[in-house]
Amino acid sequence: MFRRTAAALAALIALAGPSLAHEFKAGTIEIGHPWSRPTPPSAPVASGYMKLTNTGTEVDRLTAISSPAAERADIHRSIVENGVASMRPVEALAIEPGATVDFEAEKLHVMFIGPDRQLKDGERFPATLVFEKAGAVEVEFVVQRRAAEEAPADHSGHGG
Amino acid sequence: MSGIKLFRIATWVAVAVLGGILLASSGWLPGTRPTPESVATGTARVGGPFTLTSHKGDAVDNAKLAGKPYLVFFGFTHCPDICPTTLYELTNLMADLGPAADRLTPLFITVDPERDTQTVLAEYMTAFDGRILALRGDKAATDAAVKAFAAYYRKVPTDGGYTMDHTAGVILIDEEGRFAGTLDLHEPRENVLAKLRRLTAA
Ligand SMILES: [Cu+2]
Repeated sequence: MFRRTAAALAALIALAGPSLAHEFKAGTIEIGHPWSRPTPPSAPVASGYMKLTNTGTEVDRLTAISSPAAERADIHRSIVENGVASMRPVEALAIEPGATVDFEAEKLHVMFIGPDRQLKDGERFPATLVFEKAGAVEVEFVVQRRAAEEAPADHSGHGG
Repeated sequence: MSGIKLFRIATWVAVAVLGGILLASSGWLPGTRPTPESVATGTARVGGPFTLTSHKGDAVDNAKLAGKPYLVFFGFTHCPDICPTTLYELTNLMADLGPAADRLTPLFITVDPERDTQTVLAEYMTAFDGRILALRGDKAATDAAVKAFAAYYRKVPTDGGYTMDHTAGVILIDEEGRFAGTLDLHEPRENVLAKLRRLTAA
């Protein structure tokens, strides 16, 4: 019941909010600003990032993600080791009590496989996150070029 | 005048030699066969011969590329962050370089020619600077190109498919076809631009 209220609230916030920071909640898990990068045409994959904060006292785990906008979604970690880039699946992403998992900082991404369209700057698409304890929650990914926290690109003074 | 030029050449030779030593000793290129003609001396050619096809359908080989500096990076379109981010970054850098960018050809060589068909690449590349070329070849041609740049790739099976491990970073090749360092796009933008200006001004 709480979950449904939270989801409804979140949906309201998402509707009302501009493409600045937006937040969702599932039980004791806060989902901060899910966002995705624009994709080139016919890109077979898209990425997603967010910040998961556990305000509870028990560890929780993100066990599944799905989206009507993609055939499938997984969680991956990118690694660059000895000059070689690789990515590997993360089965169940643990969020320790009191901790925040920042996807970008931890080189994690949601891997949306087979997106149903080219993602363009400013668009949004829905997804469902499933947590071991907090359950399922509907969120919305905002398509944007950069993480919201980053200062906008300033190319002035770089010319010539 | 010629003193300065000599100094510049000497500096570059030193940089190249040092770069070569660093590369050879740092394990930057794990799993690659020893390529003494390239990495060991630094100043010698990185490459052997390679022939690939661009996303526009033209044959591109080492001979055709000679005479102008170029950039090389390896990737694939089933790569959601590093590869498109690098392409967007290179697109911005080409714009910031101004006219000098016309002397520079960035190459995006796919290590996944199986899925990255010419049709896929042709559509994919419309999102980026038109001077950036996506290159592909069959397995043998891809292997030759990877070897030519002393790079590395590996197909890794995953649940329901596969992914590719590949050399990260952007390799700089000067107009003589020699290895001229690498670009780390996480470096401060000024450093990155300075490297590219040096490369195109040579
Ligand atoms: Cu991935």
